[in-house]
Amino acid sequence: MKAKIIITPKKAVVDPQGKTVQNALEHMGYKGVTGVHVGKYIEIDLAPGTDLAAAERVLNDAAHKFLSNPIIEDYKLEIE
Amino acid sequence: MNFAVLQFPASNCDQDALHAVRLLGHPARYVWHKENSLGDADAVIVPGGFSYGDYLRCGAIARFSSVMQAVKQFADNGGLVIGICNGFQVLTEAGLLPGALIRNRDLQFHCEHIFLKTATTDSPFTNKIPPGKLLRVPIAHGEGCYFADEETLAKLKAGNQILWQYCSATGELTESANPNGSLLNIAGVCNERRNVAGLMPHPERASELALGSDDGKWIFESIFAALEKKTAAKAA
Repeated sequence: MKAKIIITPKKAVVDPQGKTVQNALEHMGYKGVTGVHVGKYIEIDLAPGTDLAAAERVLNDAAHKFLSNPIIEDYKLEIE
Repeated sequence: MNFAVLQFPASNCDQDALHAVRLLGHPARYVWHKENSLGDADAVIVPGGFSYGDYLRCGAIARFSSVMQAVKQFADNGGLVIGICNGFQVLTEAGLLPGALIRNRDLQFHCEHIFLKTATTDSPFTNKIPPGKLLRVPIAHGEGCYFADEETLAKLKAGNQILWQYCSATGELTESANPNGSLLNIAGVCNERRNVAGLMPHPERASELALGSDDGKWIFESIFAALEKKTAAKAA
């Protein structure tokens, strides 16, 4: 089992990295790019047979307290 | 009055902080991140550097260290804590100070001298700064852009919690004097109780003229004065 956590900067937070990547894409000639947001991707391996609901609870807690900073970031958790 | 200077793996301004305090006439010692106690400390300095390699986010891992649990308790009891640069990032991550520090607006690491305007002398960290005095101190960071949501910013303003702001050589809070894109040119803040403060600039690297500026000493002198007042109040 694997948990995947995608962390992105909140919309209200300036994201100079995303803006720079967007500019670079435009320079390369890619059209129609209206926004780029650079975040983080964390993969967590879970023991087989882990209880899904319990894992979700624990990982949401970890993502909120530690893996992301809720002041500046949003996160999405998926377990598969 | 005893100063505790924390040491995390990859702290690199710990020696500068210890040196500055001793040079200004007070005892200071290191406290390793695995310690559970701050001993007889009267004030704590969380120094600059790249604690735990800045992994995940600056300060995110340091906040879970044993010594930070002791710092939280110390702060809860009213003890004076100041975080400098990475120390500021650690204190925001730990929830001891509001807001967060994010990547500099221009994505560059800034290593230069800047000017600081002291927004209020009503704090243990600013009480000795001469009125109107601009502090010329260095910065050295890649992630020093202060961010807080509008509600938090309004609270900071209303509570007089903004302590220092980046300014021009003539004391104006201009965009060009803002090295990293910090909201409201914020360089340092304190908590509501006014016993915990953090700032991105390095006063410990500018506390003697041999280093080109001794303006940073005013911040330490303020802490000494606040501690003296506290001791006097206890004795009375």
